[in-house]
Parts: sequence; structure tokens; C-alpha cells
Amino acid sequence: MINMYEVSETNKMIEQENLDVRTITLGISLLDCIDSDLNELNRKIYEKVTGLAKNLVSTGNDIEREFGIPIVNKRISITPISLIGAAACKSPEDFVTIAKTLDRAAKEVDVNFIGGYSALVSKGMTKSDENLIRSIPQALAVTERICSSVNVGSTKTGINMDAVRLCGQIVKDTAEATKENDSLGCAKLVIFCNAPDDNPFMAGAFLGVTEADAVINVGVSGPGVVKKALEKVRGKGFKELCETIKKTAFKVTRVGQLVAGEASKRLGVPFGIVDLSLAPTPSVGDSVAEILEEIGLERVGAPGTTAALAMLNDQVKKGGVMASSYVGGLSGAFIPVSEDQGMIDAVNVGALTLEKLEAMTCVCSVGLDMIAIPGKTTAGTISGIIADEMAIGMVNQKTTAVRLIPVIGKDVGETAEFGGLLGYAPIMPVNEFSCEEFIGRAGRIPAPIHSFKN
Amino acid sequence: MKKCIVTVLGKDTVGITAKVCTYLAEHKINILDISQTIIQGYFNMMMIVDVTSLEKDFKLVCDEMEALGEEIGVNIRCQREEIFEKMHRL
Repeated sequence: MINMYEVSETNKMIEQENLDVRTITLGISLLDCIDSDLNELNRKIYEKVTGLAKNLVSTGNDIEREFGIPIVNKRISITPISLIGAAACKSPEDFVTIAKTLDRAAKEVDVNFIGGYSALVSKGMTKSDENLIRSIPQALAVTERICSSVNVGSTKTGINMDAVRLCGQIVKDTAEATKENDSLGCAKLVIFCNAPDDNPFMAGAFLGVTEADAVINVGVSGPGVVKKALEKVRGKGFKELCETIKKTAFKVTRVGQLVAGEASKRLGVPFGIVDLSLAPTPSVGDSVAEILEEIGLERVGAPGTTAALAMLNDQVKKGGVMASSYVGGLSGAFIPVSEDQGMIDAVNVGALTLEKLEAMTCVCSVGLDMIAIPGKTTAGTISGIIADEMAIGMVNQKTTAVRLIPVIGKDVGETAEFGGLLGYAPIMPVNEFSCEEFIGRAGRIPAPIHSFKN
Repeated sequence: MKKCIVTVLGKDTVGITAKVCTYLAEHKINILDISQTIIQGYFNMMMIVDVTSLEKDFKLVCDEMEALGEEIGVNIRCQREEIFEKMHRL
């Protein structure tokens, strides 16, 4: 039987170390909503989303209360809208009507984000894909709860550089369209390479076409729990360090598995995956940077950071995999800047640079995430940064992503404020040498040689 | 059998156990196991209880026990057992 020590350990994790389930994400396929009539399409989408998700938030709250574990977000991911709107939408403006419908549906069922205003264009763009991508700045400016993503590359297909060029411009336009709020729209736009079909985390969540009609995916978190556990093995060898991370990751993931199973049972929706991620928040003691500093770095960004992060990421997966029946999504340590107080502090003291963050993304999930850059950065330079990050994903057969916020009207030395879970971010300097001619070339970068496995 | 864990934490005073047990008895909640210690004047109790015969909504019991805790001046939590079982047992 459970003993007092175990009960108090669990409750300490919840009350003092910020253990929580970061998100229950209900994936909803919209493939059966497709219609050539735009009004009819919007009606079907609204009905399907509000019908399937009507009990999502209340079920999440019930589980939270009964088990005493906070479930921070309840969210929805949907089939990429470029596919769903292809038959009905003839222009970017047509796509914006779908964004408004989704926003309305999200408010009706009280979820804070709905992800999947997306296009998958890793090899080529259809007219519909292009219209959707071109609609993103307006869609994010006129809605509150929509999250958008574009997959522009993969290990199997290479990188669609036409899409990379377009996305650099779209990031810039989105920043302009939402400049009143420190270019907040860009915090809801992710450019991916090797995007997974079952990611429960925003802003990059969508439900791939390989998925079932509805599915429950859960994202766990717990950087604070790992940090506290590591305080007990200060000065010990790597064996003790790794064992501690694995054991902690196992415990954290088991909670995710429990919650996923309960949510699936109560909503009558099949369980998909648990995403084993260390997802930080801006609150003190909920930071991935602090874990790295506990491992032995004066500040995150110091030499040794990439190695420490590689080890942390691997041990989290090794501990978590056995705790869940199905693991998927992004699964790894997240290193967003604005959502992690330790990262913000490291940037402010000059320990962490954009280039070091890029190196760190080679060994963990996911990419250059929530980084504020000067508003004057050109679209070409943003495309160049995207291309670099996509290349890392393509060659290393992993998911990489870019969520940059060029803060219009602000420059290095200033701070962008996003509020809530999105936090705030010091504006980081960007290498100002040009890559216009490289980005200006048409076509795509071919798939790497090691992708030819057949 | 549907088990849940009640934890009581706070400054020691007369009648904490009595009040908690009275509430449990009134709601047909059977106590299976109790462990209790006092460390430096702080009362620390864990109960494993059976809520199979409970007629009320379990969430309501959680709320009421929390309120009872506030009344006595201690912190009372009521959680389904599975969260501990899953985390600490293979």
C-alpha cells in the first residue's frame, strides 16, 4: 500500500515544484467537413469542433480536482486548414473567415488555443497552401486563440526554399499586423521542419491526416521537479546525475499517462500519445535553464551548455518512455527564451546568444523558440535564420522550428511584453550581414543523402 | 473498492482527527489505514479511505474537506489514490 513518504513526495512536487500536466489537447479531424461552399464549410467546422470539444474543459477540471494535479491548459488541434479549405477558399480572405470561425468555436468551448491554421509544404505549395500562408498575418491579427504553423522541410523531401522565403516575409508581415501588442501575432506562428502529426503543444499543434477522427494527446511538464531532484546529487558523478533525471522523468510522465487515460475514458475519445517534454513557464522554479545551471553551468549559454542539454534531453526520454504506453509529439526539453526566467536572465547578462541557442537546438526539442529580435530585421534575414534551423532538422532527422518575434519599433536593449504563459523577452541582436542572394534563389534544397534508406 | 488518500497538514490542536473522522463517517467513507506523526508541533496525517459507498459527488467531498480544514486551521487534501499508485508503483 502507498505510504506517507510517497504521498508527501508527490504532493511536494505539485505544491512546491510546479509539477503539472501542461496540456490536454483534443485532436479533431476536420476532413469530413470539407465542402466547396465556404459558408457551409464554416458551419460544419464550427459544429464539429464545438460538438466534440463541448466537455473538454469541464472534464479537464474534474480530473484536476479529483487527483489534485493542476492541468494548466485544455486545447484543440485540428487538421491543417490549407487542406480543409482547399475546395472552398479562392483567396487569402476566404481563409480568414475560417480563422474567425475557429476563434469563435474556441471561445464557445472555452479552450485557450486552437492549433492547426497550418500548411504542409515541405516539397511544394498548392495554390490553397499559398493562399493560407498569405492569409496568416491577417488571420492572427483578427483572432485571439488561433495558432498557425507551416512545415517547410523534412528529411525525406529536403527544404522548400520558396516557402522559406515566403515565410520570412509572413513573419515580418504578422509582426507589422500586430505591432500594437509588441508583435504578439508572431508568438502564435511556428515554421517547422519534420513537424509531427500528434504534437499537443502550442503554437505548433495540428492533427495530421494520418490520425483518427478524434484523439487525446497529453503534454507533461516538470522542470522544477527535475531541478529539485538534482539539488540532492550536487557534486556526484554522471551516473548518479543521469539516474536521478531518469527516475524523475519517469514519475512525471506517469502522471501524464494517468491523466491521458482518464481524459480518454471520460470523453470517449481514443488516447493518442504522451509528449515527454520539459516545458518551462515564466514562473520562478519552472525553468529548463535552472536545471542546466544546477548541472554545473554558471549561466546557461556557457561552454558545456550543449553537452549538458544533450544529456538532459536523452535522460528525460529514457526515463519517460517506460512510463507511457505511447510516446510521441515533440518529446524533449524545450528552450523558449521568453517563457523561461533562467533563459531571460542569461540573455540579459550576455551569457546566451542567438548562435548558442541555434547550437542547442541540434540536441533538444524544438528550435529557436520565442526569441524577440529587432523590428528592423529584414524578411530576408528572417528567412536565412529559418533556413539554418530547417537544415539542422533535415540533416539530424529531428523536428526543428522557428518562432521568432521581430518586435516592430523596438531594438536591442529593449524588452517585449507578451503576458501570461508567453512571458516577456529581451530583444536579442541578429547578425546583420546579408543573405538576400542565397534566399532569393528559387526552388528547393534536395533531401540529404542519408534519407535514401530504401 | 475505490480508494482515495486524505492528507492533513498543519499546526497541532485538539480534535483534528476527531473532526476529520466525523466528516468521513457521516459520508459513509470507511478508513482503511491511518498514519500520523507530529514533527515540531506540526500535525501530519495520511489516511487511506474507501469511498465506494459514497453517495455524493467526489469533487464536492474534496471541496467540503478543504473547507473543513480551513475551519480547523489545517490544510486538508483529498485525492484519488491512482495518482500516487501510478507514480510510485510499476
